[in-house]
Amino acid sequence: MPEHPQIVFAGTNGGELTRIEDYEAVGGFAALWRARAMAPDDVIAELETSGLRGRGGAFFPTGRKWAFVPKPDQLPKPHYLVVNADESEPGSFKDREIMLRVPFRFLEGCLIAAHGIQSQHVFVYIRGEYEREFEVLRDSLEAMRKAGLLGDVTVVVHRGAGAYICGEETALLESLEGKRGQPRTKPPFPAIAGLYAAPTAVNNVESITTATCVLGLGGAEYAKLGVENSTGTRVFSLSGDVVNPGNYELPHGITLRELIYDIGGGVPGGRELKAVIPGGSSTSVLTAADIDVKMDFTSLIEAGSSIGSAGVIVIDDRCCMVQLGIRVSQFYEHESCGKCTPCRVGTRWMTQILQKIEDGRGSQVDLDLLLSVCDRIMGKCLCPLGDSDAIAVLSYVARFRDEYQAHIDLGRCPFDGESSLAGILAPSAMHERHGHETVHV
Amino acid sequence: MSVASEIHKLRKRYPDPTSAVLPALRLAQEEHDGWLPPEALREVADALEVTPAYCLSIASFYDQFRLEPVGRTLVEVCTNVSCALAGAQRVLEAFERELGVQAGSTSADGRTTLGTVECLGGCGWATVVAIDNRHRLRVTADDVSGIVEELRA
Repeated sequence: MPEHPQIVFAGTNGGELTRIEDYEAVGGFAALWRARAMAPDDVIAELETSGLRGRGGAFFPTGRKWAFVPKPDQLPKPHYLVVNADESEPGSFKDREIMLRVPFRFLEGCLIAAHGIQSQHVFVYIRGEYEREFEVLRDSLEAMRKAGLLGDVTVVVHRGAGAYICGEETALLESLEGKRGQPRTKPPFPAIAGLYAAPTAVNNVESITTATCVLGLGGAEYAKLGVENSTGTRVFSLSGDVVNPGNYELPHGITLRELIYDIGGGVPGGRELKAVIPGGSSTSVLTAADIDVKMDFTSLIEAGSSIGSAGVIVIDDRCCMVQLGIRVSQFYEHESCGKCTPCRVGTRWMTQILQKIEDGRGSQVDLDLLLSVCDRIMGKCLCPLGDSDAIAVLSYVARFRDEYQAHIDLGRCPFDGESSLAGILAPSAMHERHGHETVHV
Repeated sequence: MSVASEIHKLRKRYPDPTSAVLPALRLAQEEHDGWLPPEALREVADALEVTPAYCLSIASFYDQFRLEPVGRTLVEVCTNVSCALAGAQRVLEAFERELGVQAGSTSADGRTTLGTVECLGGCGWATVVAIDNRHRLRVTADDVSGIVEELRA
């Protein structure tokens, strides 16, 4: 999108900067030298000025997160920077493209962050399914080591092994310690007692890469981009029923309509837009009537959803919203770590009730029960995984209540097997089909 | 080099050797035809000074570790929302037909295991199919016979 400033992908011209000399030719590592000439606190202050907030989904101010990490003399333990590259939110695929196309800008950000929190130990936790991305990071890191850029910092790229829950920061830390990826109670927060119970900052790939841009441009200059409360650009992941799916770096505050129609080319085949999931599968669905909303933190909350990881899933009128509920719930059921009962049992129960409604066996009681189960998950677990399922499904029921009601009143799915999600086989259903059933409830 | 000496190298990357359990299990799985038989868990346990039961507790938690034999080639079709909207079920059914195997099982000749998988992070390039962890993007049902032919070559 030539009319929009490219910050994260600056200098790529739509391609990739995977050779260190190409990256240096577009000004690569200037931000690192600038940061290293600054006191660590000044680096953090620059981030605070930029207004950069976390791109992983929680939107926590990055500078403040770094400021929470005690100074080495306050807490004389090794300090750690852990980068969350466990991108697994359905609808989100931006971190992958960042690591593939601007790996040096990302790794430069790791070193800037390490300087800011006075850490000599960086771990990049990358999801196990990202094979090529791992290789690109490994090779880029080796090139930086040879170029003498790492200084006294060690960077370890650590591969996960297939678990969505490890995108939750404390589960990620458990996994990095060689345990099952199950969330911890908070407090203590990772800033105080994170990896190996030592001070730790955990940041998302896009946040860290943007930190390089903040140091390059200056915090005040970066803050001029985007809108109030949501400064800068965002790499939006656009997928689903849209003509031009892909990642698009755009300033915060662009409308969902512009994103879907001007950038994404609209809904294919002359179909009608039905629904949009704006920030990954964990966020509340919006209807076609809501798409003039601006894509920023505050506007999406006002619209009853959230920006999440900015993974936008476009859904046309062929999709049955009960089937969508089933498929989303199956995902969370599959990915629940099992630690908290409301999530472990509730997500499964939600799938079963939704399936009953879809099969035409549901009564009014089942719809009430579904909402009640959601209510009994929300806010009752250590992490937001179960809440995400409940939030998503509650929003489908709230915004497409007539469609849910029609399943009950008709005693069948009104789509008569013609929904775009009809018959889709989720991994959880596949395991059950083959009798790999584990103990539940 | 033996698995044990490779794992000893991995240990040194971490302040606490237990942190090496995921990469060590990955390595052991690669050495044992794509799955973790009891002897593989024992090798990892010995090299990291943990128990085999501990290794099993980890291996059973993460989807990429397998505790039963798998085919030489692993075909995994993403069926999460964006891929599903793009026709992932038709892609899956085409693989079932072409390979003569039901999703969730291994072909009789032991060559190929077919399954579905949760979001692989390629929603904009749906349908994503992972073949031995290498992602094929924008796969349609029409592409499947060509892919299967390639796998058989």
